Amino acid sequence: MTAVHSSPTQPAARDTLARVQAIADAHRDLPGALLPILHAVQNEIGHVPDGAVPLIAQVLNLSRAEVHGVISFYHHFRTEAPGRHVVQVCRAEACQSVGAMALEAHAKKALGCDYHQTSADNAVTLEPVYCLGNCACGPSIRVDDEIVGRVDAARFDDVIGELRDGPRSTT
Amino acid sequence: MTRIYVPIDSSALSLGAERTARAIAAEATKRGVQVDIVRNGSRGLFWLEPLVEVETAQGRIAYGPVQAKDVAGLFDAGLLDGKAHALCLGPTEAIPYLKKQERLTFARVGITDPLSIDDYVAHDGYKGLQNAVAMSGADVVKAVTDSGLRGRGGAAFPTGIKWNTVLGAQADQKYIVCNADEGDSGTFSDRMLMEGDPYCLIEGMTIAGIAVGATQGYIYLRSEYPHAFRTLAEAIRRARAAGYLGADVLGSGKAFELEVRMGAGAYVCGEETSLLESLEGKRGVVRFKPPLPALQGLFGRPTVINNVMSLASVPVILDRGATFYRDFGVGRSRGTLPFQLTGNLRHGGLVEKAFGVTLRELLYDYGGGSASGRPIRAVQVGGPLGAYVPESQFDVPLDYEAYAAMQAMVGHGGLVAFDDTVDLAQMARYAMEFCAIESCGKCTPCRIGSTRGVEVIDRIIANEDRGRNIALLQSLCDTMLAGSLCALGGMAPYPVLSALNHFPEDFGIDQSAAA
Ligand SMILES: Cc1cc2nc3c(=O)[nH]c(=O)nc-3n(C[C@H](O)[C@H](O)[C@H](O)COP(=O)(O)O)c2cc1C
Ligand code: SF4
Ligand code: FES
Repeated sequence: MTAVHSSPTQPAARDTLARVQAIADAHRDLPGALLPILHAVQNEIGHVPDGAVPLIAQVLNLSRAEVHGVISFYHHFRTEAPGRHVVQVCRAEACQSVGAMALEAHAKKALGCDYHQTSADNAVTLEPVYCLGNCACGPSIRVDDEIVGRVDAARFDDVIGELRDGPRSTT
Repeated sequence: MTRIYVPIDSSALSLGAERTARAIAAEATKRGVQVDIVRNGSRGLFWLEPLVEVETAQGRIAYGPVQAKDVAGLFDAGLLDGKAHALCLGPTEAIPYLKKQERLTFARVGITDPLSIDDYVAHDGYKGLQNAVAMSGADVVKAVTDSGLRGRGGAAFPTGIKWNTVLGAQADQKYIVCNADEGDSGTFSDRMLMEGDPYCLIEGMTIAGIAVGATQGYIYLRSEYPHAFRTLAEAIRRARAAGYLGADVLGSGKAFELEVRMGAGAYVCGEETSLLESLEGKRGVVRFKPPLPALQGLFGRPTVINNVMSLASVPVILDRGATFYRDFGVGRSRGTLPFQLTGNLRHGGLVEKAFGVTLRELLYDYGGGSASGRPIRAVQVGGPLGAYVPESQFDVPLDYEAYAAMQAMVGHGGLVAFDDTVDLAQMARYAMEFCAIESCGKCTPCRIGSTRGVEVIDRIIANEDRGRNIALLQSLCDTMLAGSLCALGGMAPYPVLSALNHFPEDFGIDQSAAA
């Protein structure tokens, strides 16, 4: 996987941190604001960049270690930029009963990467997930914000093909 | 104008409902006919999704599964008049799978437009709240207690008793928290209800707030449910605009506000105290009890925390009365449970039945047997911490006490069916692996023991010193059972031991050598 890191002095990074600051400021009076802030940051930026931690800590009057501790506790939050799409493969029991483990092996092979990694063309970051609430229609995957059911190897390849060709998912 | 229903439920969407809806709209335009497409919740017959319904003089007629490519042919056959077609299923209400159910909590799901308050009210919505605002808080709590309702999130604690503790607590602020973390594999009833009838949950929480004197509610929703998030947020906005939420609920002079908060992919945050930590913006580490959340919960204040199904069962209890609800069920398991039929089944879906139904009825009369056509060998009931139930126990009635007596649990009512290709030693290994991945890290038996468990099971599978390692696994399970603060570490041994006891051959031991 190749991640492009921009140095903090680059304009793009400065804009990003300005956005983080604005998000944190907008939520500062909300009770229990940290998770809503982290969600808003990840929704907009795609991940929670390292530079966000001191800004959020300052706004909420927390230590950096506390903010970092929260980010690392939750599987949902990412500290590295993902590929253009995030594909999660459900590996929980109901999906296993209809072939999730075979699908998992196929997904890794088809994308040429393991979980928490991104395909070489940067199209897809692959992640495991433990149930998508689609347990009567498995094996299930999540593609960005859409769930796809009854996914066998062929259907997986179709979905990935669309992601690689198209700019955004339109499921 | 003909009204057509195409579900917007996540599972229906996962099978192509969005494309079906678009194809119907396009085909109607092409033919110059006017249709009113309502995006309803799912009826819960997932093998038939996308399930399209057409409103006719004879009632709603169902077609399914309808893919986009089927739409032109359906119009040719007379879809808009409910005419015959290979995909026609007849009147929806007459489909046996639906007809034989006892839908109390799910009475409206799949029938109404989820976001229409008018539709909700036209189908008995907000009757419970109307009654509740005219009653004293104590009388509302008494009705919930008398109904026999027990927590649907897993532990089956009597809901009314919990509410009564919060009612009696003195504080400047109390909270109602809805546990919508629904992390168990094999469950989706919370999601279906939130997507298909969100006002039912909102009404249940409002009744809880009015009853115990809480003015603020939070729905803690798992991040895996983005559609439910949008539906709830919009429903809350509309309920507030219509005076069902806010400073003066239904002119009662009582306030109740509601907000949805998103979890972040941690199974343990379904545990109530971990959830409260998470809502406060912290790591989801489980708290010691006491103090009970009912006395010192969210931000240290008295808090009712209940599962979605528990809260969504309250409106019908306040509408029809405690006795009506209590008359369903058996023993100390009163009312109905929306069972979720999942995994390797032909007819997976949602079946709401009174307690006392058996696994065999659910698996065969409703589920239609396995999807693969092979024998069903094991069913995991009650989520990843629930036992694997062998065929010899398929006739035990689903009842909290009867299940507990066989070291199993009904839990949130999820059933995951496996055919005879399942390897229970691998499933036991997975149970330990899952516990290791999701442990909050507070107790050693859970944090370290689960990783040890994976290693020990690997050695058993590889036939390294098998007898000794089986004994080791059993003692490890005992340590986890006894030395864990919450049910993640404390119940992960259930799937493991049930697999070992009921399916020893999968661990390479013959029946007679089993513990
Ligand atoms: C590891 C773990 C995960 C849990 N997950 C959930 C869940 O996803 N949803 C839920 O309602 N209860 C869950 N529970 C049970 C809650 O701790 C608690 O019993 C429940 O929220 C109480 O609500 P109820 O009385 O309405 O069931 C979980 C418990 C444990 C130990
Ligand atoms: S049993 Fe596991 S999840 Fe529960 S409190 Fe202990 S370490 Fe945390
Ligand atoms: S187990 Fe895969 S969606 Fe529930």
